[in-house]
Amino acid sequence: MAIDVKSTAPAPVRRLSRKDLQSGEPDRKVPFLARWRRDYPLLIMVAPAVIVLMLFTYIPLLGNVIAFMDYVPFLGIRDSEWVGFDNFTALFADAGFWNAFSNTLQVTALQLILFFPVPIMLAVFLNSVMRSGVKKFTQSVIYLPHFLSWVIIVALFQQMFGGAGVVNRFLINNGISPLDIMSNPETFKLLITFQGIWKDAGWGTIIFLAAIAAIDASQYEAAAIDGAGSFKRFWHVTLPGMRPIIVLMLILRLGDSLTVGFEQILLQRDAVGPGAAEVLDTFVYFNGVVDGNWGAATAAGLLKGVVSLVLVLAANKFAHKLGEDGIYKS
Amino acid sequence: MSRSTETRPAWMGKPTPFASVSRALGIVLMCALVIFPFLVVVSTSLATQTEIDRNGGYVIIPTEISFEAYRQIFNGTQVTRSIIISVGITVVGTLFSLTCTVLAAYGLSRKGSLFQKGLLTFVLITLLFGPGMIPVYLMVKNMGMLNTYWALIIPGAVSAFNIIIIRGFIQSIPQEMFEAARIDGASEWRVLWQLVIPLSRASIAVVGLFLAVGYWNNYFGPLLYLTDTDKWPLQLLMRSFVLQNNISSTAQQIPGMVRPPQQAVQMAFVVISTIPILLAYPFLTKHMSKGMLTGAVKG
Repeated sequence: MAIDVKSTAPAPVRRLSRKDLQSGEPDRKVPFLARWRRDYPLLIMVAPAVIVLMLFTYIPLLGNVIAFMDYVPFLGIRDSEWVGFDNFTALFADAGFWNAFSNTLQVTALQLILFFPVPIMLAVFLNSVMRSGVKKFTQSVIYLPHFLSWVIIVALFQQMFGGAGVVNRFLINNGISPLDIMSNPETFKLLITFQGIWKDAGWGTIIFLAAIAAIDASQYEAAAIDGAGSFKRFWHVTLPGMRPIIVLMLILRLGDSLTVGFEQILLQRDAVGPGAAEVLDTFVYFNGVVDGNWGAATAAGLLKGVVSLVLVLAANKFAHKLGEDGIYKS
Repeated sequence: MSRSTETRPAWMGKPTPFASVSRALGIVLMCALVIFPFLVVVSTSLATQTEIDRNGGYVIIPTEISFEAYRQIFNGTQVTRSIIISVGITVVGTLFSLTCTVLAAYGLSRKGSLFQKGLLTFVLITLLFGPGMIPVYLMVKNMGMLNTYWALIIPGAVSAFNIIIIRGFIQSIPQEMFEAARIDGASEWRVLWQLVIPLSRASIAVVGLFLAVGYWNNYFGPLLYLTDTDKWPLQLLMRSFVLQNNISSTAQQIPGMVRPPQQAVQMAFVVISTIPILLAYPFLTKHMSKGMLTGAVKG
């Protein structure tokens, strides 16, 4: 993931140690024991992080084997029965899984169409604001919702759009029948997309603003001298300048296709029911932790992880084909 | 309006009045969309029952200020306790997480040190794969951390992304300073404490603030790991309190006292859980874009 917005990578500098200073030997010629004596404090420093990652990332990664087991917590991994691909077969026969899968893809599609362009447009708009005071103030305001918890965001939406909220009260006072916004399964996916926009679109402008700032101003000047109006300058200078970052963000989003606002949806799932609100992550949670179908839930989670990895690699490959750098350079 | 032309390059030309007006409207609209809900929440939390009833559930500008809702919230033992719990998790979690992160960032910052390459790869791989919810849950359970606060702090404490950010800052410290310190005979620990930490204080502070916001806002962790409702932190209590309208168990009734407006209490709850974020916000905005960009991942 090389987001090369501002390349500050330090030049590789040869590090000196007391040993080095005495002998002037390059690193690889320093014997192992001497390196050990020299570097062991660094290893001690890395140790806590390595232990935490080992315990809560690597070992659980191996723990995914229970996707191929009839896992019974009482028996543990050692004594639970191996069932091969039975969990996956059961999963594919489960209408609930396909419902969650389809909901996830629908939400992702909505987010790509409605959410993804918003930060780009906001960044272009903010960039056109000349007064730096006004610009800074606006930025501080629109970044703020990013830092609020989903519980607060949902509470705010409830207060604005709920049955007794500001909008419906206004409609009722004006003799219009109230709208069911917060608990309507039909429009639930739109609702969570707009909540996502409200929370994170402002924050998302940061990276695009940086991309715009990195565009050479003389390009604009040249375009203007050649008679390009503001729209043409946007189309032929700004947009091409932003393209690598847009492609990068798109790849990251596509790679995350199967991850859609877990906490956000979990909070509101009860209001509309699982038919409209169940996504893969909530499916894993309810199936596994709540209902105790450990094997099947792990299978669903593992499937999601593998597909996500394939998606991100495929999207990246596609970007290379288009001549973009993507996440890593080819 | 003359000031606005100060930074405008000559080639750009003057914007039409229509463009200026629509730009100003755009800014006002954007800010209003964010600020208005907060205004409603703060106003409702300060309003009296009669006024809320008269308006039908909310107040935009209260005519009469009442702090009854806040008094009620701090009377309820469960709410008060949940605030203390949240503060505790946030402080301990941030300190633990930051300690692991800074130590690892320095330990991995020197190219060519023993095992540096292998350990860095070990850390970076975690950016690509997540182990999934269930295996982590079972691990936490098997370690006996279920229903303890450690389950909220330790499993997510180390993020490769944060390590890479701080490591990047450490690597941008001029190499001569390390050489000087070492020639003077300083140990690695002393270099870390007296050179690295003071010089990368800003980046450490930013990562720390982001971590703190994360711990404060965490609601799924407690939902997953804390089975005992007495241990619930603020976010989880707020969920049952505001979103599920479960007021009776949270607010203690004092006989003879006027029951405060339910809406006001709920909104006061939202205000209280937002205040720490607002307090940290100036520091976050000061450094965040810098931290976001220079922290761009370097392998």
